[in-house]
Amino acid sequence: MTTLPEIPDTATTAARLTGADLTLRYGDRTVVADLDVAIPDGRVTAIVGPNACGKSTLLRALSRVLTPTSGVVRLDGTALGDLGTKEVARRIALLPQAPEAPDGITVADLVGRGRFPHQTFFRQWSDDDEAAVQRALAAAGVEDLAERQLDELSGGQRQRVWIATVLAQDTPVLLLDEPTTFLDIGHQFEVLELCRELNEDHGVTVVAVLHDLQQAARYADHLVVMADGEIVAEGPPADVIDAPLVERVFGLPCRVVPDPVAGTPMVVALGRRSR
Amino acid sequence: MTPPTTRPRRPGPVGRRWAVVGVVALLLVLLVASVAVGSRSIDPATVWDALTAPDPADDEHTTVRLLRIPRTALIVLVGSALGAAGTVMQAMTRNPLAEPGLLGVNAGAAAGVVTGGVVTGSLATAGLWVYVYAMVGAACAATAVYALGGALSKGSNPVRLVLAGVALAAVLSAYTSAVLVSFPEVFDWFRFWDTGSFQGPAADVLGPTAVLVGAGLLVSLALTRSLNALALGPELGRSLGVHPRRAWLGSGAAVVLLAGSATAAAGPIAFVGLVAPLVARAIVGPDYRRLLPLAVLLAVCVLLASDVVGRLLVLPSELEASIVCALLGAPFFISVVRRRRVPRL
Amino acid sequence: MRPVTAAPAPTRPARTRTRLPRLHRRSLVTGAVGTVLLVGLFLLGLMTGSTTLGAGEVVTALGGGDGSAILWKVRLPRTVAAVVIGASLGLSGAVFQSISRNPLGSPDLIGFITGAATGAVIAIAVLGAQPWAVSLAAVVGGLVTAVVVLLLAHRRDGAPGYRLILVGIGAGAFLQAVNQLVLTRTDGQMAIAAQVWLVGSLTAISWTDTLVAVVGLAAAAPVVALLARHLVVMELGDDFAGQVGVRLQGVRIGAMMAATGLAAAATAAAGPISFVALAAPHLVRQIARTPATPFALAALSGAVLLLAADIVSQSLPAGIRVPVALMTGVLGGLYLLWLLTRSRWR
Repeated sequence: MTTLPEIPDTATTAARLTGADLTLRYGDRTVVADLDVAIPDGRVTAIVGPNACGKSTLLRALSRVLTPTSGVVRLDGTALGDLGTKEVARRIALLPQAPEAPDGITVADLVGRGRFPHQTFFRQWSDDDEAAVQRALAAAGVEDLAERQLDELSGGQRQRVWIATVLAQDTPVLLLDEPTTFLDIGHQFEVLELCRELNEDHGVTVVAVLHDLQQAARYADHLVVMADGEIVAEGPPADVIDAPLVERVFGLPCRVVPDPVAGTPMVVALGRRSR
Repeated sequence: MTPPTTRPRRPGPVGRRWAVVGVVALLLVLLVASVAVGSRSIDPATVWDALTAPDPADDEHTTVRLLRIPRTALIVLVGSALGAAGTVMQAMTRNPLAEPGLLGVNAGAAAGVVTGGVVTGSLATAGLWVYVYAMVGAACAATAVYALGGALSKGSNPVRLVLAGVALAAVLSAYTSAVLVSFPEVFDWFRFWDTGSFQGPAADVLGPTAVLVGAGLLVSLALTRSLNALALGPELGRSLGVHPRRAWLGSGAAVVLLAGSATAAAGPIAFVGLVAPLVARAIVGPDYRRLLPLAVLLAVCVLLASDVVGRLLVLPSELEASIVCALLGAPFFISVVRRRRVPRL
Repeated sequence: MRPVTAAPAPTRPARTRTRLPRLHRRSLVTGAVGTVLLVGLFLLGLMTGSTTLGAGEVVTALGGGDGSAILWKVRLPRTVAAVVIGASLGLSGAVFQSISRNPLGSPDLIGFITGAATGAVIAIAVLGAQPWAVSLAAVVGGLVTAVVVLLLAHRRDGAPGYRLILVGIGAGAFLQAVNQLVLTRTDGQMAIAAQVWLVGSLTAISWTDTLVAVVGLAAAAPVVALLARHLVVMELGDDFAGQVGVRLQGVRIGAMMAATGLAAAATAAAGPISFVALAAPHLVRQIARTPATPFALAALSGAVLLLAADIVSQSLPAGIRVPVALMTGVLGGLYLLWLLTRSRWR
């Protein structure tokens, strides 16, 4: 792929990436059972839910990192298992939680490794690869950090570099597993703004597992709420988030009010002890 | 905001280039030394004559051509093999303490050879079969240590792999010693071989060793990009399109070819495969496309130096290269372990 | 404000019958079985060798009848040595594992036994020393290695943990190379003697060597017995033990010297024998399921293991002569590998 994907002309809710009857296990522990999911194309989707509800597990199954015990994940109609590994890697990119990098690696080297699915033994580094890396660095806002070592950067800068790495993969679908969890509030919003930019300006379908309901409500077009390995609600945030749902899923008595800036649902905990 | 960490800076691009030049220069010096030095010292001028205008009647020329050159060539091959095998093992297990000697792969090759000798009755006439026995033994040991060391399970601590390797090496070398003690005919052949030395007839083993080591190096080179992707973690590696089973099979084949043929040619030698990749990494960084070739060069330097030192230390007899490698490599290993944080690969 | 309810009236504590706790009983049973096993193996050991003797023949030989020469000069020292050396190694391993709070912290893995061997080899091959000097050299070698390894593995921020094991592995590899180096620098009879010695074996062990091991055990065992109580408390953590009144540093140093001495004396007597110090405490702990390191039982199980290994190595078909250290090397190594596969232990 030499150009970034085009922005779809019509608002489409067609789903390129779907999962049907997914059962996902770790050893003998079943995390998700018989789940159906459809990721709307060209949109930002957020997956939320309490700890250990299966959000990350679902994401990993959608990117083929985890093989479902039963059920099928389909991309553009074809089962992921039927597509070659590199073929999948050219269409779906996953940024795992807390990714690791070898000591002393430079930003340029790391982002360059995102080009792996586009290279072969005989075509190691082409102009396309160079251009893609430059684009990725620019999109993530880290061009001037290219020669720096990853270890020297701040948490927010590092996360943006990781995003640049998966951007360099040039995929139409981007999956992010808790991209904001270890960042301070300023950097959290930086990353979320970047996700929206990728989606609106470059047409990337973004799926992110997020902890913060507010942020999910503000930045996502489509919300998937999970609990105990099942999807308990999905749809536009304004339609999905209400007090009974939050209380049921998170055990938190609350009131849901419109965010003063964006108008999206904002969860305010009732609390007993707060002043 | 997390403060940026202060880590010792790796040499910049210019410094790197000079360092590589330095390594190549060192290699050339050691190559000359390996040919010139020994129980009988031969000066470089005579070496040059022996190469360009050999005089069959001259003793020194004969020594150079028939003994020193083949021996040096064998050291180059074995060193390359061990350096590449160590790099691949460290990359796949993401463990800076991994290498074929420490983790028992070389001991497995040795055990394979003696078992082959016992089963078939004689090793003196075994010829190329010795390599086969060695590679089978290396393959079994590699499989065992990867599986037992939890190299495949996520987040296992790096010590476990080393312990599995040490235990496996101990078991296998006890087994090998037991066989040698019980079967003297195997022991006779072994005397020239299992010592981790290059004192035996080198010329005969050059051919097959070169072919196998060459094949192993090619496979390793082909793996470098996948190793780069896998260095980002198993999940990201898979997401980038590395096929895990193919990567493990490929690297396993490379390690078996390299460690098996190196051990078949010169006996089990430890620590070379540990030192070379770690030093190379300190010079050129974590990109395996550059790391692997430099590690190979450094490993050859280490082994040449060890062999030369071994020839000089206990004149007129010789100290096996493997002993010198252990004397130098073990303190290096301890220094790596003592670092505040074991380096992440 | 919530009303304060009156505290319930105190009731008399229910009478409980004192009964031996289950765990304690289990270790007594293990000890009894182990002792019976040891006696049986001892007899078997006297019966096994290049010629097999029957039990009756053994008794007559002990009394001075036929074959008493073999019995008194060869088999009895061998079996006694196996028991004493096995017990020393088992006890040493137990103490180290208790102090390092690490199931792998045993003198064979962390290079102490190799260090004792280095001391002995230098004494034999370079100095051509008398047996008692060799033993002394072994003890010195072991102690020096212990000090060096512990210093190298020391962390400012607390217990050495796995670093101790790794440094020990490195030290062991270094010292093995040193042993080989010493061998190549000597020649003739001394080199051969040292070479043979480096493979631990109980075959043809003399009463003098056995005496060395006995002295080591007799000197160190009481020290361990005295410190055992403190060591058990220390296993609950330095903070707890300290505030309960245990003298941490003193106990630690004393116990380590005793344990190193045990391993070194054992090595001086028979050469380096690996894995008994690692396996014996583990094995017995699994069987007896004691909450703390079982010192006495570890010694017992070490004796049983080494004696069994020696009997096996003596019973192999003629022509296959395997010194006991190789036997323990293979079996013990396999046991360590098995330990590592248990996923609960990382």
